[in-house]
Amino acid sequence: MNLEEKFQSKVDQEIKIEPKDWMPDAYRKTLIRQISQHAHSEIVGMLPEGNWITRAPSLRRKVGLIAKVQDEAGHGLYLYAAAETLGVERNTLFEQLHDGSAKYSSIFNYPTLSWADIGSIGWLVDGAAIMNQVPLCRCSFGPYARAMVRVCKEESFHQRQGFEILLALSKGTEAQKAMLQESVNRWWWPSMMMFGPSDADSPHTARSMKWKIKRFTNDELRQKFVDVCYEQAKVLNVTLPDPDIKWNEERGHFDYGEINWDEFWDVVKGNGPCNKQRIATRVKAHEEGAWVREAAMAYAEKQEQRKNKVA
Amino acid sequence: MTKLKYILQLADTALILGHRLSEWTGHGPILEQDMALTNIALDLVGQARSLYQHAAEVEGKGRTEDDLAYLRTTTDFLNPLIVEIPNGNFGDTIARQFFFDVYNHTFYTELQKSKDATLSAIAEKSLKEVKYHLRYSSDWMRRLGDGTEESHQKIQTAVDSIWMYTGELTTMNEVEKEMLSEGIGVNLESIKPIWTEKVKAVLAEATLTMPESTWMQSGGKDGKHTEHLGFILAEMQHLQRTHPGATW
Amino acid sequence: MKNWPLYEIFIRSKQGLHHKHVGSLHATDSTMAMENARDVYTRRQEGVSIWVVESKHITASNPDDSEELFDPAADKVYRHPTFYDLPDELKHM
Repeated sequence: MNLEEKFQSKVDQEIKIEPKDWMPDAYRKTLIRQISQHAHSEIVGMLPEGNWITRAPSLRRKVGLIAKVQDEAGHGLYLYAAAETLGVERNTLFEQLHDGSAKYSSIFNYPTLSWADIGSIGWLVDGAAIMNQVPLCRCSFGPYARAMVRVCKEESFHQRQGFEILLALSKGTEAQKAMLQESVNRWWWPSMMMFGPSDADSPHTARSMKWKIKRFTNDELRQKFVDVCYEQAKVLNVTLPDPDIKWNEERGHFDYGEINWDEFWDVVKGNGPCNKQRIATRVKAHEEGAWVREAAMAYAEKQEQRKNKVA
Repeated sequence: MTKLKYILQLADTALILGHRLSEWTGHGPILEQDMALTNIALDLVGQARSLYQHAAEVEGKGRTEDDLAYLRTTTDFLNPLIVEIPNGNFGDTIARQFFFDVYNHTFYTELQKSKDATLSAIAEKSLKEVKYHLRYSSDWMRRLGDGTEESHQKIQTAVDSIWMYTGELTTMNEVEKEMLSEGIGVNLESIKPIWTEKVKAVLAEATLTMPESTWMQSGGKDGKHTEHLGFILAEMQHLQRTHPGATW
Repeated sequence: MKNWPLYEIFIRSKQGLHHKHVGSLHATDSTMAMENARDVYTRRQEGVSIWVVESKHITASNPDDSEELFDPAADKVYRHPTFYDLPDELKHM
């Protein structure tokens, strides 16, 4: 067996690949791209939700939201660390995010306009993310899989938090109910797009599945999502903004309407409502933090020198 | 009711500073520090909740923690000014936090002796958190003070400009005096020298100059605030104000 | 500017257990690494004790040496209790 065959046979036997193991270049590149995109999504994802931290309508909601957004920072951190095991530095990944060469989940390029959006993000966006993330806990690359186990464990409160926010609105005043429906109307389709292009237009899917980086296709996951959301929407007494959703007895799944792929590609290309704002915010935080990072490093170096002098 | 005012003062202080720190979430200089600042924010909002709940009980009029946090106006708020000033740069936030933590650590240590059992219990629990806050902010004072030339200059500027808000922390108003006489409150006069000594020590380690005594701003603890508080509350309270009586 | 150094974090989840590797993070020195580890990896009471080690100080075995390092142990069955035959009437040993 040559190296590549040995590698594939390990993957086939569900033996995890670890950073120092031999791996095909394309596998390494795919992972760096996917893990860093995932990490960027967590970090950029902090912004639309963080937008409501100072306006959370009760102290209980405030601590829940702060803790949740903080978790996203943690998830980003775990994921950057997983990418770093592949020989790429966190700063390099930041540069790619900041100069626009790296992508992140387009969903975070939509604005949060009402408090209900915090609920919708928890229910729909996190719900879709969980569909994607749970299979990643079994990803063939050890550090990614382990990071995802931690992420999924922490993530479990996020969706409940969001659903609870919406549930409260659904039992509230007419204005609150309207806020809920309006928000779901805006977030439904972008959430559906989170699974990525249709399988027919997803050229890398086959290879990623062979490498067990991916376990389900985009359309399979999207279908699962529609199937669970339908029932949950009933509990919230909201209408999903898709007149074509209906039960298909033959398939044993819900049918759903056509996704607006023009919008999807537009936002991916940078033309979403908040693309520029999100990146500008990240760049600002990074640049304004530069003197702090430098100072701490300089201090540590001075301390080290002093210690050595004494010794 | 003096005791209610006293508890509200403590609650408002924790809430407003926690609120300010939570503005950093997602904007910190590095992920690890983003999370650290957010942890402190969560501790403080948590302390505020315990205190508001206690205040609501003491008041006995059926108001909730949220009524107290979200439905009082700027002049009803009783926090010292230092916690409401804007975050500024990371150094400004650290300096504000450090001055406050030195005070808060000594304060909660003393408050454990309060005759009010709930306050004493809250103090005991909070002290564990505040010990860590103080360690965190002191470490960062040293790093920034003794880091690079740029950081030294920035943190010195922060120290100098925030200094005028530190006096209020250890100056007693009428409410605090009365609470002290009843064995519920803390003697801030006795805290003052401890505060000065600790601050002096850390500033020295951080190679920073302690500002000369100067005019000290005050009034927050009696409801006379900076212009900043109004904006904090406008933002914080807007949903509660827009939808009166709604449940969230 | 370059990254802050990378640290590996090990956490004892409760008294009596080994410290276990939980992940890594960046810090300027071990003092900060300890604080960061506390803030990043113990937010949900995951630990009672933390070890931090700068990643560069860890020496790892080379996967290419795996055969000579680990395979030779495979046939040393006599190191395991089941290798030894005892009479059935002996219930505990």
